[in-house]
Amino acid sequence: MRRMAVGMFALAVMTSAACHKNKAPVARPATPASMPSSTAPAPPSPPSPVPAPTMVPPEPVREDAIASASLDNLNKNAPLKPVFFEYDSDELSSEAQQVLNENAGVMKKYATWAVTIEGHCDERGTAEYNLALGERRAVNTRAYLMSLGIGADRMRTVSYGKEFPFDSSHSESAFEKNRRAHFVITAK
Amino acid sequence: MMKHLFATTVAAGLVVGLLRAQQPPPPAPTQPPPQQPTEIVTTISGEGGSAPRLVVLDFIPLSSDAETVAVARTIGQVLWDDLNYEREFSFIPRDVYSTVPRATSLETIPFDRWRELNADGLIIGTVQKGSDGLKAQLRLYNVRTRQIAYNREYTSSNARLIAHTASDELHESQRALKGVARTKITFDSDRAGERMGGTVENRGVKDIFVTDYDGENSRQITANKTLNIAPRWSPDGRSIAYTSYRRGGANIFISNIFQGTLVEVTEGNKVGENWLPAWAPDGSRVAFTSTRDGNPEVYIANRDGSGLRRLTNHPGIDISPTWSPSGTQVAFTSDRSGSPQIYIVGVDGLNLQRKTSESYCDKPTWSAPPYNEIAYASRTGPGFDVKVLDLATGQTRQLTFGEGSNESPAFAPNGRHLVFTSTRSGKTHVFTIARDGRDVRQLTKTGNNEKPDWSK
Repeated sequence: MRRMAVGMFALAVMTSAACHKNKAPVARPATPASMPSSTAPAPPSPPSPVPAPTMVPPEPVREDAIASASLDNLNKNAPLKPVFFEYDSDELSSEAQQVLNENAGVMKKYATWAVTIEGHCDERGTAEYNLALGERRAVNTRAYLMSLGIGADRMRTVSYGKEFPFDSSHSESAFEKNRRAHFVITAK
Repeated sequence: MMKHLFATTVAAGLVVGLLRAQQPPPPAPTQPPPQQPTEIVTTISGEGGSAPRLVVLDFIPLSSDAETVAVARTIGQVLWDDLNYEREFSFIPRDVYSTVPRATSLETIPFDRWRELNADGLIIGTVQKGSDGLKAQLRLYNVRTRQIAYNREYTSSNARLIAHTASDELHESQRALKGVARTKITFDSDRAGERMGGTVENRGVKDIFVTDYDGENSRQITANKTLNIAPRWSPDGRSIAYTSYRRGGANIFISNIFQGTLVEVTEGNKVGENWLPAWAPDGSRVAFTSTRDGNPEVYIANRDGSGLRRLTNHPGIDISPTWSPSGTQVAFTSDRSGSPQIYIVGVDGLNLQRKTSESYCDKPTWSAPPYNEIAYASRTGPGFDVKVLDLATGQTRQLTFGEGSNESPAFAPNGRHLVFTSTRSGKTHVFTIARDGRDVRQLTKTGNNEKPDWSK
């Protein structure tokens, strides 16, 4: 007859106070313009205690810097490049596969790294369906890397749908940047 | 003449504590306005079968202090808005009221003048401050006979709640209609402006919020510096199920908002991603999408996560489940045909039916009786519009027409309204709209506000 309306309330609330927070740092992806054929990561500035640069050959410095960088700094330099997708597609283009080939090389070199592959979408799909589309992108990316010999247990996937656009403007160029699988190094 | 016998439990204000240290403590729970035993109620009708024409006056303050005067005005105006929302009555415009001598008591109402203005019914009341909050008396008069058609007293600390309660009771007693004045809307929002910690990219968190159906009385439910999205009211209005990334991946949580307890329906990252819970009509189970078997499929579990079973089985994406009002079917979105479309399946997994053949459809929501409709977001251009499918006739009607992108519809419990999001005013905001597409109202004003749901 009549609903028992929302009764009396002890106020309360789930304070699910900060649980085990996902500490995963998130790397800033390179811009798409510069990313497709990128090679080695930009050389980070050498740690201050290091003696004069001339004393050390460039290549080993970079190696050491990567090996010794904090996860945050590592992700800032994005040694694993993001891959981009066509509208409403989860297929890896040949360009994307090329990027993943390079990422696989990096992951083989640093065999202790573990990564989270994030799937993202542009704003033109619905928020709900995009959760699944982003997951498809992340899963396909992971599967391709597995086919290159990267261990499954080193790669987790998560989809953020269209919740975290890299570029929040509403332009085609923003959409292109937002349809991506993004790598975050979570352990090294 | 109709007897109004039942005693009702009246909703007290929704009191949701805030979890954030910097926030003031939440107000104490409001007391439900006790009901007086009800007398005979008569219904007022309009002339010639038209909708009854009402005057809803500001209440008469029984003391002259500013607070009581303000409360008296609030009750009358909120009640006017609440009654107007269902369009069961017509109204003498408020700007005409000043041309009629003001009643200073319930005994001095100028009925002749209101009758001259063609009023059928007149609502007025008194309000005073008491030791236990506000005490309001409401009367609905038949303007022709000058007799009392409805008479109630309310006690509450919340003036808006008094008006909302009165509106629901008047709709029920006068129009046999379940109003929505005491219902709530929940949605996710980035309005708190917090950034996610530990990330290199600048990422805003999202939290769950609730408001009254009219957008007032907004409260924050979650605060854990991550993504909390797509909240859904339990049928009893005491819990909210939602998708949260607080464990890293996406998982289903149920917040029992009046007990302060939290249930993890899906556990951690061991079982794939889990999204978009939807309550069964009896509140015992939730349907949601999970990738635990390697592909997004719809599952049904008990509200504590036990008794999990898989409902769909297709290599395509199956997502956005919602229950039929009877609890015997689930509508969902699947791209098994190549693009996202709306499907219906029995809760036993049988009798799959495709319901849409459009460009891109998502987020079905199923209306309560007497309507039997599924609303959804449909791509109509660069963005989406809300459409409604009448399941009996198979006819589809469109409610929005390209003003921004219009997504994530959810029906009001009486099926007469929907809540949805639109980008028509810039950012993404929550709006309500009548089921015929009229009466669009913007509920939120700050931040981006998405994926709303309407309490039962």
